[in-house]
Amino acid sequence: MSANNDSIQRTILVAVLLCLVCSIFVSGAAVSLKPLQVKNKLEDKKKNILSAAGLLVEGKSIAEQFEQVTTRIVNLETGVYATDVELSELAAAGYPLATFDQRRLAKDSGYSAKLSGKEDPASIKRLEKFAAVFLIEEDGALDKIILPVHGYGLWSTLYGFIALQGDAETIAGLGFYSHTETPGLGGEVDNPSWKALWVGKKIHDASGSIAIDVIKGHVIAGSKKEANQVDGLSGATLTSKGVSNLVRFWLGEKGFAGFLNGIKGQGV
Amino acid sequence: MSTTIKEVLTQPLLSNNPIAVQILGVCSALAVTTSLNVTLVMCVALTLVTATSGFFIALIRNHIPGNIRIIVQMTIIASLVIVVDQFLKAFAYDVSKSLSVFVGLIITNCIVMGRAEAFAMKNPPVLSFFDGIGNGLGYSVVLIFVAVFRELLGSGSLMGFEILPLVTNGGWYYSNGMLLLPPSAFFIIGLFIWALRTYMPEQVEKPDFVISPNTENSGAH
Repeated sequence: MSANNDSIQRTILVAVLLCLVCSIFVSGAAVSLKPLQVKNKLEDKKKNILSAAGLLVEGKSIAEQFEQVTTRIVNLETGVYATDVELSELAAAGYPLATFDQRRLAKDSGYSAKLSGKEDPASIKRLEKFAAVFLIEEDGALDKIILPVHGYGLWSTLYGFIALQGDAETIAGLGFYSHTETPGLGGEVDNPSWKALWVGKKIHDASGSIAIDVIKGHVIAGSKKEANQVDGLSGATLTSKGVSNLVRFWLGEKGFAGFLNGIKGQGV
Repeated sequence: MSTTIKEVLTQPLLSNNPIAVQILGVCSALAVTTSLNVTLVMCVALTLVTATSGFFIALIRNHIPGNIRIIVQMTIIASLVIVVDQFLKAFAYDVSKSLSVFVGLIITNCIVMGRAEAFAMKNPPVLSFFDGIGNGLGYSVVLIFVAVFRELLGSGSLMGFEILPLVTNGGWYYSNGMLLLPPSAFFIIGLFIWALRTYMPEQVEKPDFVISPNTENSGAH
């Protein structure tokens, strides 16, 4: 290293040149790879939706499989599909249907409301006013309804989807795509054999109130509540409780109850 | 200096391993070794960054002003890491999701910085490139060793394929949940270093100080 390397002019020159070269390099990579990354992100979400519904077929292209799914936006306050006016408002605010980002919407003070104390069993703090639901039709009749759900477990907010049969009453599947629960304990929410326990369970009991519940221990076969109960995860009481709370919350009054009642009312 | 490419490639594997001997880069070794798949991608990413950053830093080593050399090194390393991260997000999305921030944290990985400062600043580009590859491989050896144990005993699988059928899936193997938590990597790395130093006793360090015996046993009471 020669001594004149350390002169002030030289130092500034090297710093400026280096920053220039590096920034061109970095922005070049970021810009040119952006389309691929966006595609991956969307595809990943579609994959999660399909796998929650139990429709994911390995080895087939996700885009092809997703063709059967219709995405609709639901107004959670009124329980009906968002009107064209609302849709264009959402699009103008940066939430177009094609890339509807519900997690971002929940943080947007214009499109979400604060939940407090008793109203918030799932500990989500803010509730968005609109939610994206995914519908699958078969032979003209509604076959599956996939709803986004999230709520707090033990360590983290669990994000996932719950799929219902066309009767809006029977659960067809549940899956989480993002959480950081303890591996081996709460992390077992990802275990296929546990997820399979949800299939066929009913949301409401005979009196019509929400009865779906994750209990501690095993469900007693033949008991009155068998149709509404799911085995808890052993060693993960708080995660099980969290899942139970979030499912009950999202299927309840503040969540999708209005929307689901609407579907039932149509007699589909 | 008379170091050859072969030496800089093979030395860091066992006899001068960056993790086992220099105890560098342990942080990411704890975080990304729960599954072999993720570990392999992390190893490739780190090896590429160490090698290419070594190359570029060595290329301009005679023009880097001494008083901003660390910042210059960091800038080059950080740029390369961002590029690697962008590529992972575009071509290996699932893995990049499970690596999350740890790709970004390669920037602060002591191995990369250590090689840049200790080797690339004093050696020609091609040799520095291979030195980076060698050290990346040394890092990979330890990480793969740790990951094989953690994934096999922690989740009963390797590369995601089931090897020991788990009780929760109707098999016989009770998984060891502790191996999926970061502290277990400490134990495995510790055992690795123990085994390595038993095999190569010259790596055992002399104690920094010796506890001297009590001068007068009788007077101590």
